[in-house]
This record gives sequence, structure tokens and C-alpha cells, in this order.
Amino acid sequence: MSAQNSSAPKSMRTPLGRVRNLGSSHSGTKDFWRQRLTAVAMIILVVPMIVVVMMLLGRNQAGAAQILGTPLIAIFVLLFIIASVWHMKIGMQVVIEDYIHDEKLKLVSIMANNFFSVAVALAAAYAIFKLSSGV
Amino acid sequence: MGCVTRPQPAKASMTARIERPLSPHLQTYRWTLTMALSIVHRATGIALYFGTLLFVWWLIAVSSGPTAYGNVQSFAASWIGRLIEFGYTWALMHHMLSGVRHLVWDLGYGFKPTEREWLTWAALIGGILLTVLLWVVAYAIGGGR
Ligand code: HEM
Ligand code: HEM
Repeated sequence: MSAQNSSAPKSMRTPLGRVRNLGSSHSGTKDFWRQRLTAVAMIILVVPMIVVVMMLLGRNQAGAAQILGTPLIAIFVLLFIIASVWHMKIGMQVVIEDYIHDEKLKLVSIMANNFFSVAVALAAAYAIFKLSSGV
Repeated sequence: MGCVTRPQPAKASMTARIERPLSPHLQTYRWTLTMALSIVHRATGIALYFGTLLFVWWLIAVSSGPTAYGNVQSFAASWIGRLIEFGYTWALMHHMLSGVRHLVWDLGYGFKPTEREWLTWAALIGGILLTVLLWVVAYAIGGGR
């Protein structure tokens, strides 16, 4: 399958088999790359996230608020949220494009996906900022 | 198809269905572990997607005050809450390891049958082990109270 075979036969692909412009997603491979980028980011961030969750377990609100408002912890949580929301937005769009074939319904679903993702990211960021400003 | 020159079909057969080779339909394949886990990867991704709502609820509750946080905590301590948390932990751990498998494939490695199987088993067993391990640690630390 891979390109190791140097004496590979000439391509059997017809011109129609090749992607035109940015392809059917209209965004080329940008999303593919970003989904990988955010996946790797989360692999790195999942360890500090586990530590943060473990620190928070069983605490009351004041204790949890104090921990989440610590700069370093707040930054880790923010980074994890940015990476996961970005990643899940792209991932869900792929799922929508795979299963929903009606063009209008597809557009509505992709819009809803964007709204949901932005709302989740903003709400989480707001909470973290509020905790970090010591209110 | 475009480059194959073949005799033009007669006028009468123009409307007839052209017999083209079809790829075997999905149902005719023997189920393999890699196929099943490919769907599980998608399912866990979707579950995590909606799970972020709970995460946000929790963060907002912490920033709102003791009453809101109390509500989240009593939900989290209920059996349904515990079930969701356990499920979320597993979904995250499994999706992550399964995702690492995807990244390995993206780099062009691990395509031999034995390697494919090995990677897939590692994701399956590793996900369960990590989940149990995290929960043992969580309870040891006192999260279960
Ligand atoms: C990765 C390792 C994780 C482990 C081992 C873990 C474990 C737990 C445990 C034991 C609880 C119960 C806490 C209690 O009753 O005091 C809990 C609560 C919760 N977890 Fe996690 N969790 C993890 C990651 C996450 C992540 C990444 C999210 C969100 C994206 C999340 C969201 C929540 C929420 C919303 C609660 C309920 C709030 C609470 O009781 O404090 N967890 N988790
Ligand atoms: C923790 C580390 C994570 C890694 C390494 C990871 C890795 C991946 C990879 C490589 C894909 C692409 C799969 C493919 O091309 O078929 C993917 C898809 C996806 N991920 Fe993640 N992911 C992680 C966390 C998350 C989280 C936290 C969420 C949600 C909040 C999420 C949601 C999704 C969704 C919805 C998809 C699309 C599923 C599909 O197309 O089948 N992932 N993930």
C-alpha cells in the first residue's frame, strides 16, 4: 500500500478520481491536520488534567475554586478545553458529512455543531477566567 | 473507466443497467476486531462530545458558588452520576489509545495483519486497565468519600 514500492505501476486512477480544488469538504486537508494536531496536544495534556481532577476530588466548592483559580492549573485546563473543543468540532463534522446526505440538513447540522462547540468553549473559558480573577 | 475504449453500446441497450463490478457489501465481510473498534472509536468520540456539557456544568458550578456546586456533587455521587463518570473515563482512555493507533497508521506504520491486531488489542485492554487504575487511585485519594 505504501510508496515503498519503487517499481510501482503507473497510476490507474482516472482524472475524475482526483480531487478538484479543495475537495468535497471545501476545506482541503486543513481539518485533517488540525484534528491530528489537537489529538497530540490532548495526549500531552491528559496527564496534567488527570492530576487536576485527582486534586479536586472530594473537595468543597471553596477548595475546588481555589485550585482551579491557580494560574498554572487554569492554563492547563484552558489548553485542554481549547484542544478538545477544536478536535471534537472537526470530528463531529466528519461524522455529519458521513451520515447526512440531505444538503440542507447537513448545513443545519454543521451550523449546530459550530454553535455547540463555541458555546461549550466560551462557557468553560468564562468559568475559568472568573475563578482566576479571584471573585 | 474513462480510458478503456470499448465498442459503443447499441442504442437499445443505452437505458439498460450497465453491469459494473461492485465492491463487496459491508455485510459480507467477516467481522474483525479492527472493524468493531473502528466504530467504537467513533462512538466514544461522540460520547465525549456530549460529555463536555457535564464538564462545563461542573466548571460553571465551581465558579457560581457552594449551592450550585452542591447540586453537581450530589448528582456526581448518585449511582447514575458515578456510572456517567466511569463511562466518561473509559471513553476518554479508550478513545485516546485508539486515537494513538490512528496516529501510528497515519505515519505509515502498523499495517501488517499481526501489527493491526496487536495495536487494536492494546487499545482495548489498555483502555480498560487505565480506567480501573484511575478509579482505584481516585478512591484511594478520597474522591469516593
Ligand atoms: C481522566 C481521568 C478522570 C478520572 C479518573 C475522573 C474521575 C472522576 C471521579 C472519581 C469523580 C467523582 C468526584 C466526586 O464525587 O467528588 C469525577 C467527577 C467528575 N468528572 Fe471526572 N475523571 C476524569 C476526567 C474527567 C474529564 C476529562 C472530565 C471532563 C471533560 C470530567 C468530568 C467530571 C465531572 C463533570 C464530574 C462531576 C463533578 C464532581 O463531582 O466533582 N472528568 N471524575
Ligand atoms: C485524548 C486524546 C485524544 C486522541 C489521541 C484522539 C484522537 C482522535 C483521532 C486520531 C481521530 C480521527 C479518527 C479517524 O480519522 O477516523 C479522532 C476522532 C474524533 N475524536 Fe478524538 N481524540 C482524543 C480526544 C477526544 C476528545 C476529548 C473528544 C471529545 C470531546 C474527541 C472527539 C472525537 C470525535 C467526535 C471524533 C470523530 C469520530 C470519527 O470520525 O469517527 N476526541 N480522535
